[in-house]
Amino acid sequence: MPSKMTASAPAASPWLKLATLWGVLFLHVPLALIILYAFSSEDKSYVFPPPGLTTAWFAVAWERHDVWEAIKLSGQVALVATAIAIVLGTLAAGGLARTKFFGREAISLMLILPIALPGVVSGIALRSAFHTLEIPFSFWTIVIGHATFCVVVVYNNAVARLRRISPSLLEASMDLGANAFQTFRYVLLPQLGSALLAGGLLAFALSFDEVIVTTFTAGQQTTLPIWMLQELIRPRQRPVTNVVAVFIIALTFIPIVAAYWLTRSDEDSHQR
Amino acid sequence: MASAVSLHHVSCVFESGAQVVRAVDDVSLDIRPGEFFTLLGPSGSGKTTCLRMIGGFALPTEGSIAIHGEDVSHKPPYLRPVNTVFQDYALFPHMTVLENVAYSLMIRGVDRAQREKRARELLEVVRLPDAAQRKPGQLSGGQRQRVALARALISEPKVLLLDEPLGALDLKLREQMQTELKALQRKLGITFIFVTHDQHEALSMSDRIGVFNRGRLEQVASPVDLYNRPATRFVADFVGAANVLDGEDARRLAGHPSIMIRPELIRLGGPEAARTHGLVEDVQYFGAFWRLRVRRNEGSALLADIPTTDGNSVPAAGSAVHLHWDPAAVHCIAAASAGARP
Amino acid sequence: MSATAAATPSERTSAALTTRKGLLLTALLVPPLLWFGVVYVGSLLSLLANSFFSLDDFTGQVVRELSLYNFREILTPTYLDVILRTTLMAAAVTVACALIGFPVAYYMARHARGAQKALLYIAVMLPLWSSYLVRLYAWKLLLAKEGAIVWALQALHLEWLLEALLATPVIGGNSLSFSPLGTFVVFVYMWLPFMILPIQAAIERIPGAYLEASADLGASPAQTFGNVVLPLAMPGIAAGSIFTFSLTLGDYIIPQVIGNSSQYIGQVVYRQQGVAGNLPFAAAFSLVPILVIALYLWMAKRKGAFDAV
Repeated sequence: MPSKMTASAPAASPWLKLATLWGVLFLHVPLALIILYAFSSEDKSYVFPPPGLTTAWFAVAWERHDVWEAIKLSGQVALVATAIAIVLGTLAAGGLARTKFFGREAISLMLILPIALPGVVSGIALRSAFHTLEIPFSFWTIVIGHATFCVVVVYNNAVARLRRISPSLLEASMDLGANAFQTFRYVLLPQLGSALLAGGLLAFALSFDEVIVTTFTAGQQTTLPIWMLQELIRPRQRPVTNVVAVFIIALTFIPIVAAYWLTRSDEDSHQR
Repeated sequence: MASAVSLHHVSCVFESGAQVVRAVDDVSLDIRPGEFFTLLGPSGSGKTTCLRMIGGFALPTEGSIAIHGEDVSHKPPYLRPVNTVFQDYALFPHMTVLENVAYSLMIRGVDRAQREKRARELLEVVRLPDAAQRKPGQLSGGQRQRVALARALISEPKVLLLDEPLGALDLKLREQMQTELKALQRKLGITFIFVTHDQHEALSMSDRIGVFNRGRLEQVASPVDLYNRPATRFVADFVGAANVLDGEDARRLAGHPSIMIRPELIRLGGPEAARTHGLVEDVQYFGAFWRLRVRRNEGSALLADIPTTDGNSVPAAGSAVHLHWDPAAVHCIAAASAGARP
Repeated sequence: MSATAAATPSERTSAALTTRKGLLLTALLVPPLLWFGVVYVGSLLSLLANSFFSLDDFTGQVVRELSLYNFREILTPTYLDVILRTTLMAAAVTVACALIGFPVAYYMARHARGAQKALLYIAVMLPLWSSYLVRLYAWKLLLAKEGAIVWALQALHLEWLLEALLATPVIGGNSLSFSPLGTFVVFVYMWLPFMILPIQAAIERIPGAYLEASADLGASPAQTFGNVVLPLAMPGIAAGSIFTFSLTLGDYIIPQVIGNSSQYIGQVVYRQQGVAGNLPFAAAFSLVPILVIALYLWMAKRKGAFDAV
């Protein structure tokens, strides 16, 4: 990609630098504070500055059954939803990445809709569909909702990667005697692999963290975000909530960074 | 002797928006076994589409294609006994050079020890014995090209297709590869079908050349015949520099409405028995010869190539010259070109 | 490579996929299209249908007869109030995000290079992908009376400022975490990355040559900014504003956790379909954010916000 900006960066005014710094701090200080609070010895743990530091609350959180149940449900939903999203997202990417046909734009718009429309709308749409078809809330109602908006995450990664794979690679494989399935297995899949993994990691993180659509499709079930939401409205043990929050930060931080690292060469002008 | 590859009234037509594009227009061709055959033409002339149709990456909308007698017109690439060296080499980036070369054997189920042995043999043939464990990304352009060649040859195809394989190489390397490819083809004895837009390349390497223009095949001939006896004006212009004259001018000079004279067959001389005369408009130095552009009152300008070894000093721009040539130097052009240019 | 032996089903499939135009494409697209068509588009259609149904007060069952009852209910002062409040909040949040986000995006696009740029990019992306609830929770703690913000204001002897703000009607309240002011701050925090990234992408697409040409023709840096950079960055701002606007319009969690008892669109929808069991009304009300966003998009398009794309 030709460089659009001058090669050497012009010097920024000190005001601009300050504004940028404040912007970035604004984004990150709250998270840093949460991590601090997880170690606070104060029961009403939002007291600042924390009177003392301790790791005792981690042990308390470990014992909480409801937390573990919520984590288990969130994990299972995320795994299944991610698996579905990878299959559908890759198929869609294969069909749309390098093709031109009537209706192509409409299809890619439809894939984006679940994320583009407010969560409330997607949530209540699914809820009304389940209600109309008299489908009771279950593990699968949650999964269906999650899979639907996770598809676009995998799709974007797969498309970006597919556009970078030269079509002559696939032709060469077939030229050398491999049929369509063998070409997919030996040439296309290895090339796509890390992009699908990245998409899957992002989808997992997205599903694990999702709360808005989930509250509409979960009924009485409690995923980890729903547990968190209940704690926010009716706090039981604040310090335990802090610990869980730190756990969530760590759990979602890792897939995001890993996904970024896997696809860093796929992004165009963002990083260059 | 049966053809190695034969195209029978093959066309490839597709729609681009509102227009109908005839990428290949009613082409018939017979390529002999063991021959080095080149498809030559400018970009967009249909030569690459023809090659792709032989390889199976494009399908003909009309006509049929046969390889060693077997009709392959609608067969997928992996069922055709041809292999291709692609323009961008298309080496699999996630496999080592050895794995790349052994790929077709792996697909066929040959066991690992066998196929690695064969692959190493091929790497010796293309003179890259130490590259086996490297990845394509670590190789230079010329090296990648040789790996692509080894990969295509390992399964001993009857026909090898080469899609402008030397285009990305710099001049010296390209000339070296031309010699190597020609020698390799001689040694292996298999049919090579080579696509290029570079007429020098085509003339120096081929047994026969097929010249394409706007989807049509204008002439198939050996390099010598192509150069000395072009069938159409397009071929005359495309292969080497040419003086193409027509109309009244041509009739007066040679008694035929459309003629061609190669610049190197024109000599400078005195006014008696001169065929024509004019003023030197431009002089270009090409090392082995001077190319004069001579403006004439009686017709279009002529190019004359004067060897520098002649010892004569070359006329300066603006001086008057008289041009001579043998009757045998005049070639009459028989046919009109595709999409007959006015 | 025998062509004469009978081909296995997998060989036949492979040959068909390779040689028949369109077959591969169909095979690839049918599963995702089926899923999205049935699950998602189907749900949206069911939403639309439900918005025309109504709830029988007596039996508590959904009456499947088409009527405009819900929509007439929406046009009453109570609900119009909610719609207005939410829309104003969305607009305010959008403006604030643009003002805070633009310098960051500008710096990232024009002045940051190499490692610094990658770092900034991650720094903006990370909160975006971090748990929404965790970030919300962080603010709940921050805004509490004994929390960090109040502590910081006390340290700077600015408590009077806080009290003045909290005493202001409309945006004030009992404490930061129980006031529209608090809701506003949290909204801005949440959606800021959604604003920064599109603006950064838009500014990056401006060829450096444009800015040099502007300077060459005699424009001061401020004039170059106003006449060249800002108009070309507009599509990015517009894209970002769609996110902030749309996300604020539909959110029901933030106003519930941080705010006073005034209702926002999302909360109404949530309550109606949950506690009140009035799914049809909730469905009808959820069409409102869609309409508002569509209106916003139309206005933005008319004002040429997307022209430079």
